[in-house]
Amino acid sequence: MAIESIGFMHWTNSDGVPTVKFVAVDTSAPAGKAARQKAGPGRPAGARKPAVGRSSARSTVVLKIIMAVSGIVLVGFLFAHMAGNLKIFVGQESFDHYAHWLREIGEPALPPVWALWIMRVGLLVSVIAHIVSAAVLTVRARKARPVRYAHRPKVQGSYAARTMRWGGVIVFLFIIWHLLDMTTGTVHPEFDPAKPYANVISAFAPERWYVTAFYVLAILAIGFHLRHGIFSAVRTLGQQSARGERIAKTIALVLSVILVAGFLSVPFAVLTGLVS
Amino acid sequence: MNLKLRVWRQKGPEDKGRMVTYEVTDISPDASFLEMLDVLNERLILEGDEPIAFDHDCREGICGMCGMMINGVAHGPERATTTCQLHMRHFKDGDSIDIEPWRAAAFPVIKDLVVNRGAFDEIIQAGGYITAPTGTAPDAHATPIPKADADAAFEAATCIGCGACVAACPNGSSMLFTAAKVAHLGLMPQGQPERSSRVISMIEAQDEAGFGGCTNAGECTTVCPKGIPLNLIGRLNADYIKAVSGR
Ligand code: HEM
Ligand code: FES
Repeated sequence: MAIESIGFMHWTNSDGVPTVKFVAVDTSAPAGKAARQKAGPGRPAGARKPAVGRSSARSTVVLKIIMAVSGIVLVGFLFAHMAGNLKIFVGQESFDHYAHWLREIGEPALPPVWALWIMRVGLLVSVIAHIVSAAVLTVRARKARPVRYAHRPKVQGSYAARTMRWGGVIVFLFIIWHLLDMTTGTVHPEFDPAKPYANVISAFAPERWYVTAFYVLAILAIGFHLRHGIFSAVRTLGQQSARGERIAKTIALVLSVILVAGFLSVPFAVLTGLVS
Repeated sequence: MNLKLRVWRQKGPEDKGRMVTYEVTDISPDASFLEMLDVLNERLILEGDEPIAFDHDCREGICGMCGMMINGVAHGPERATTTCQLHMRHFKDGDSIDIEPWRAAAFPVIKDLVVNRGAFDEIIQAGGYITAPTGTAPDAHATPIPKADADAAFEAATCIGCGACVAACPNGSSMLFTAAKVAHLGLMPQGQPERSSRVISMIEAQDEAGFGGCTNAGECTTVCPKGIPLNLIGRLNADYIKAVSGR
């Protein structure tokens, strides 16, 4: 311990007796997490090295920005996807034509299916970036609270905000299942790549009720995820007025409801025979 | 009032710690929460037991020393109120109350309900200052500041650094604290020279101290005894984006 200055303090209590005689300032060890944990309570008050200019690429805020941008890309995709799905209400021809058209976008500038693959790669990069940053931040959050509270009342803030992680995991598992079901047909009983409309109808067949149940669960999870996620993303990207906060929260709710309603309308229509 | 308390007792940083039950009797509803603990402590001392250690200083809600989880809520059930300003009339006779220290890796427990909040000092040391010529104080009206900015800066400056935001945050993040400091200085003309370096350094210090990342859940604002608004975090993010993109 390097003691820098020893001074005589003359603080007095009501009896006129100095209560503190000496003050020692320890200027040895630098402060920091390690020092604090090693030194325990009586930790030194050494000055911190100026941090300016050091890499901040993995800062929590940067990871949040990555999540926000990738999340917004995925929201954009979900809206396009939902709009495409709703073509099922126009009729078989329209829906099959749409599915076919997806493979032709960009032609003749690009060879067939290229544009589709470019979008797929973009989506994959977004999903990976989103999940990796979510995982890193989750680990940091767990480490930041190693000891749990013995008494913790139920959620005080928003329920949606508290379920982002588990909701995200459900959505992720669903995405994998959904690709195997509707894109590759691996787990689909009567898959025919040339007949997307028929594939949708048979996917939601009453015998496969558990598939439909999982679909509904995942869509609701996305709804909750975005109810908080869209607001959170806007905030992460710098939204800062109180009025803007109310607007962002309202928009998040409206967009989530539209997405949930749009996606759920398809299995609903199939199950009730509206489309067959 | 008669109450049943369950209090976190921990002899020192190395001790494992446990919840211990105490019955307290004849507490005045006009007593503050800390006075209620004082009464218990005097009894413990008379009985030859170790009194419960807790932080406090001003006892008038302005220093930020006091703070504990009361039934799982930082500073207890009253909004915008520090523990020292919380009165027993907000509880019912016969209530049982659980009292725990702030829980965060960056705030290790020193003893019982006392935690080391030195990590906040590290965040401040990293950027919570302005560069100003020393010497005689400048005239108060030398630098005009728009009233709206002064008010907003003052609102942010009311943060007393008690740590309730960290304690309540599901991620153990100190974002509200850091955001308050960044806004307080960044809203003033005197805070402009370091505006970019400040936000980067303070976030770096916050990460290094072992705080988690913000998820905009808003639990912090709910318990903040000074009602620091959540949107200051958006302001920090905006400053941060500007700083890293070099604008
Ligand atoms: C359809 C897919 C998805 C969309 C559209 C989406 C969208 C979003 C958006 C917009 C955010 C807000 C970003 C921010 O807080 O700044 C977010 C946050 C988050 N997402 Fe996703 N996400 C999706 C899938 C996933 C998956 C698969 C996971 C995890 C396995 C996940 C985990 C998270 C987590 C942990 C957060 C942070 C929560 C928070 O900051 O409060 N998300 N998501
Ligand atoms: S003791 Fe100062 S704020 Fe409570």
